[in-house]
Amino acid sequence: MTDAPAPAPFVGPLSDKDRIFTNVHGFQDWGVDAAMKRGDWDNTKKLMEIGQDAIIDTIKASNLRGRGGAGFPTGMKWSFMPKESKDGRPSFLVINADESEPGSCKDREIIRHDPHKLIEGALIAGFAMRARAAYIYIRGEFIYEAKVLFAAVEQAYEKGFIGKNACGSGYDFDVFVHRGAGAYICGEETAQIESIEGKKGQPRLKPPFPAGAGLYGCPTTVNNVESIAVAPTILRRGAAWFNGFGRENNRGTKLFQISGHVNKPCVVEESMSIPFRELIDRHCGGIRGGWDNLLAVIPGGSSVPLVPAKEIMDAPMDFDGLRALGSGLGTAAVIVMDKSTDIVRAISRLSYFYKHESCGQCTPCREGTGWMWRVMERLRTGDADQSEIDMLFQVTKQVEGHTICALGDAAAWPIQGLIRHFRPEIERRINENKGSAPVMEAAE
Amino acid sequence: MADAVHIPDEAETRARWGAFEWTPENAEQAKKVIARYPAGRQQSAVMPLLDLAQRQVGAETQTNGWLPVPVMEYIGRQLDMPYMRVYEVATFYTMYNLAPVGRYHVQVCGTTPCMLRGSDDVFAACKNKGLVKGGTTPDGLFTLNEVECLGACANAPMVQINDDNFEDLTYDSTIAILETLAAGGQPKIGPQIDRQTSAPEGGPTTLKEMVGENHDYRGQWNEGATA
Repeated sequence: MTDAPAPAPFVGPLSDKDRIFTNVHGFQDWGVDAAMKRGDWDNTKKLMEIGQDAIIDTIKASNLRGRGGAGFPTGMKWSFMPKESKDGRPSFLVINADESEPGSCKDREIIRHDPHKLIEGALIAGFAMRARAAYIYIRGEFIYEAKVLFAAVEQAYEKGFIGKNACGSGYDFDVFVHRGAGAYICGEETAQIESIEGKKGQPRLKPPFPAGAGLYGCPTTVNNVESIAVAPTILRRGAAWFNGFGRENNRGTKLFQISGHVNKPCVVEESMSIPFRELIDRHCGGIRGGWDNLLAVIPGGSSVPLVPAKEIMDAPMDFDGLRALGSGLGTAAVIVMDKSTDIVRAISRLSYFYKHESCGQCTPCREGTGWMWRVMERLRTGDADQSEIDMLFQVTKQVEGHTICALGDAAAWPIQGLIRHFRPEIERRINENKGSAPVMEAAE
Repeated sequence: MADAVHIPDEAETRARWGAFEWTPENAEQAKKVIARYPAGRQQSAVMPLLDLAQRQVGAETQTNGWLPVPVMEYIGRQLDMPYMRVYEVATFYTMYNLAPVGRYHVQVCGTTPCMLRGSDDVFAACKNKGLVKGGTTPDGLFTLNEVECLGACANAPMVQINDDNFEDLTYDSTIAILETLAAGGQPKIGPQIDRQTSAPEGGPTTLKEMVGENHDYRGQWNEGATA
């Protein structure tokens, strides 16, 4: 925990009045009238009147870091967009709702239960970065969620909140919904842009970065749903309010999605930096079979390495705290595994996921993901040689960092985490397998 | 993508689908879809139009739909795209069925979060009802596929059948859903246990006022502003 900021000010659980997504569980209607009663679209014009640069400055001051996994400061990202078009090209905002990272299920709750927070955020963010329109890219499998989103956009147009002279601000802004069709890789920003253009979702080489040449060759910013949807509330309540939660450099509130072996899996908004134990005890009814039964946790969705029980138990759930444990916050998709878990199988299944989702563009990933999965399957049954553990580790290092996008890295990290923390378990399986079935060489 | 299925392009497929055209409603819808994208960028509409076509084929065949080659060619002509560009898209994304499927397309999530919560039991239930992975039952009712994470991990394990999600499954509730569908009924969509969407089972731990009324928290924003 050396490079993590000073521990502390975790000031107890978040109170309901400080939760942004008040309808996250969908007890109430998602429609525009109900959303307005909850405070959405409340004098949005006034929020816009402070001006484009002031909006970006407020988001910067709030220290909001992107909620899609990488944690890049959102305000800074917005400020990369050109302030004026020198050649007549319009700018675009693309909102990434291609939520496909195993473990993640927060954008789904925002879209089906609080879609107007997202659409209002789209207007504010789009206005701040001088975009002409927003495209919301929603994953194809969210069929009901897409229906809700289409209807909510329709409602916002009818009310005059978006379209010509949006909210009476004098600014014209359109919001379009684009449905995906089942490809994890389209969560990568340049693959997403390719997909909106009607092509295979294969990531582009950078540079040029999307802020220079993105969708249709125009300046584009791609933001996660949650990053956009929290923006209006930050502007209403002020950057200082948002800064009141979490540790330095890890501010704000966050939707945590807890799945796996807890008594009551759920999606819940909490303060950043909440200790893992507090999060689980307060909202999930504890670990299945008690805290002694905890084996390991994948704290940020399938792409981040797992963390063994004793290290995670009292760790703060934020970007820096989990990075200090050799893992990451990712999308705050917390996958909990108790001692009944076949840990090698759990990671091997993720390897299969990455094999399935590799777009096939870069050789190390296309060939490597399949190769790593096949070796993982043999390690699962113990049908391997001890030396293959090191070989597998070495191959993950050869895939990592040698591909256009981060899918290669994402496929490598879970395996590296497994070998780092559970090597004795893999060795045990190999030894037991050798003991029960004599190897072929012995017969010669 | 290496697991791509054989794509039927025989004489009978052409005979059956060679004259494919939008229904009047879908022709309207297609126009609306194309209008979402800037002029000259109509290629962007290929994904929504493939989905629309798959649904129309589904409605015509009483199945969950698929994309015969002549239908892809039709979309290519409408969008002024080479057929191969349409084909690339149709084969890249998993939701486009390249071969016929049954009345109900049962897509069980098998990725780790669902696996941890018992997707093996869901597969066992499917198997015991006669469903075979990658195949369609002889009566044409069910096609079973294992899919990758469908983004409902806090409600694992889950299955998507046509347009509906069924969540928090067990062996028994999976059997019940399949039996209801086979009997022509409509099972309850969403969590199969006593639970509101992704709130914890037994009731939410937060935002309890929201259960009974559309509560507005703004009045409390400045209360106890200490931090």
